[in-house]
Amino acid sequence: MTAFLQNCFAGLALGSTYALVALGFVVIYKSTGVINFAQGGLLALGAYLGYTFSNNLAIAFAVAIVLACVSAAVVGAAFERIVLRRMVGQPPFAVIMITIGLLFVLEPLITSIWGFDNKQVDNPWNIQTVGVGGLVLGVRDLWTIGLTAAVVIGFFAFFRYTSLGLAMRATAFDPEAALAQGISARRVYAVSWAIAAALAALAGITLAAGPGGLQPSISFIALAAFPAMILGGLDSPGGAVAGGLIIGLAEALTRGYQDQLFSWAGDNVSVIVPYLVMIVILLIRPYGLAGTKDVRRI
Amino acid sequence: MARTRGGPHRNLTRGYSDDLRLFGTPAAKIGLALMLAVLVLLPTVVHDDFWLSVLIYVGITAIGAIGLNLLTGYCGQISLGHAFFIGAGAYITARVGGDLDLPLPVWLLAAAVVGAVLGGLIGPFALRLRGNYLAIVTLGLIFIGEHIWRNFKDLTGGNSGTSVNAPVDIGVADIDQMVIAGETYSRNQGWFWLVWVLVGVVALLAKNLVRTRPGRALQAVRDRDQAAEVIGVRAGRYKIGAFVISSAVAAMAGALFGAYQRFVSPDEWNLLLSIQYIAIIIVGGLGTIFGSVLGAIFVGALPALIDRYSEYLPGVQTGVGGEGFISVFALNQAIFGLLIVLFLVLEPRGLAGIWLRIKAYFKAWPFSY
Repeated sequence: MTAFLQNCFAGLALGSTYALVALGFVVIYKSTGVINFAQGGLLALGAYLGYTFSNNLAIAFAVAIVLACVSAAVVGAAFERIVLRRMVGQPPFAVIMITIGLLFVLEPLITSIWGFDNKQVDNPWNIQTVGVGGLVLGVRDLWTIGLTAAVVIGFFAFFRYTSLGLAMRATAFDPEAALAQGISARRVYAVSWAIAAALAALAGITLAAGPGGLQPSISFIALAAFPAMILGGLDSPGGAVAGGLIIGLAEALTRGYQDQLFSWAGDNVSVIVPYLVMIVILLIRPYGLAGTKDVRRI
Repeated sequence: MARTRGGPHRNLTRGYSDDLRLFGTPAAKIGLALMLAVLVLLPTVVHDDFWLSVLIYVGITAIGAIGLNLLTGYCGQISLGHAFFIGAGAYITARVGGDLDLPLPVWLLAAAVVGAVLGGLIGPFALRLRGNYLAIVTLGLIFIGEHIWRNFKDLTGGNSGTSVNAPVDIGVADIDQMVIAGETYSRNQGWFWLVWVLVGVVALLAKNLVRTRPGRALQAVRDRDQAAEVIGVRAGRYKIGAFVISSAVAAMAGALFGAYQRFVSPDEWNLLLSIQYIAIIIVGGLGTIFGSVLGAIFVGALPALIDRYSEYLPGVQTGVGGEGFISVFALNQAIFGLLIVLFLVLEPRGLAGIWLRIKAYFKAWPFSY
């Protein structure tokens, strides 16, 4: 039982990371209709910027996190402004491929600045643990879960109570009607990219503070967040959070019981679990747990 | 129809049948003849194994790119899983061609059939939905595939890879050691002819597909799927069909790749390979068969050239831990990414579009605009 709960805890921590990234996917998808493959690159960029702020510039870790998120947000908004705005009106698959291209530009850019070797981010959490009952809870994991919860609450409050949030919801619902009300679609697009990039950066830096350290392959975590987005439904923020947690749990539990249950399927089955869950979901409930069911008449 | 003086101009299109012509204009026929001459003569002029092997890889890549262009360029569906099907084709060749020792046509067909079946199994998951689910599902396919390649050791040899000893024999001649009229040709020369003849065959098949009803249906689905369904195109069926064909062609490219390289390992079928193919069709020109080949020539040859001339490129590491800030692998990755972004933003029609513009300029010369 303890082992099970321990795995569940690891799953929640991992799932929080997925939830943050998936939330970023949903924000961009809802407002611009683009599936953003570059999220992983922004995640890695945020994590490495956090590393530079925390280690090289010796800024307090909490401030470093904020700075990393803000810088990533600026990069995200700048990318929207410089590249994607030219693509307005182009078919969606062209825009998606642009984001794929950006991912493949960001990754080598990061390795050429920071190199390939594993880096340890200076952070106050380190490998401290808290014992609760028979469980050993990592301080970093607790912070990841706590920060994610705070950010998700802030996220929903932003969309519920601020005028910019309302403008973004209106644009997502009907861009033309929103324009007619005097809402600046440009600002909405730029802000959604900034929010998504900041969420990715937060996910990246909390991940980099963990036992795995920081290496270029960190961007792959964002690819595994796609299944979370599909599971939740492409256009549902709440679904993305739930999907992230479920995928995280499924992956951690598979890893925990790899030797007992999954040894027949080869090593490290947990790595592909998110994608297998995604395929099952697409089979039985293609619009996800909370997504809008696609209704159309011919 | 013989044209008489004063008849309609050779470039004039007066109906569907003119529009559907395969090689409409005399210029196209001359161009084709020139290409054939180059194909036949080039290996007898160029003997250098490095350049021949680059051109062979380019040809194999062109075949795969034609497959992807049918799906992405003509049907508007993005697949990141092209590398998966290429890998599957290579492993099938290792087993059917290598272990069972069956001849070339058999293992090439076997690879195509397996690719088509895999595509037919996977396509329906992603393609019965509107929107670009295929990109995400095929992204998963890359990772699931890598897991299979690493763990299904009977088929793939696991992490250490497997050798591919497929016989390259087409009845009349052994490609690996061809003797024509008393003259012996090297393996690379034989492979050059084999691969580029196959490029021609695949290009012709693809061209025939896209200039007839199915091709027009695919383009209708790409441009507006709802409108396509209204005019009687079964969008879902055509999308899955395009995916099946593209997978089959990718597997054929993989079969050739494996048989030429004689050894394959799971590290080769990664996301970067899929991205390379996407870069190729974007640079070459989405929705053109000719563009796929053009893109393969320009982008497909890049990794080999960068690898060979890395010591002359400033800032590029020549080996692990060498001088320079960017590794050869990372440079390739950055170039593919940049090409995708730059071409989509600045020249969405790709090199084929540039070529058509040049052609149009001279067609109406001196009254060009």
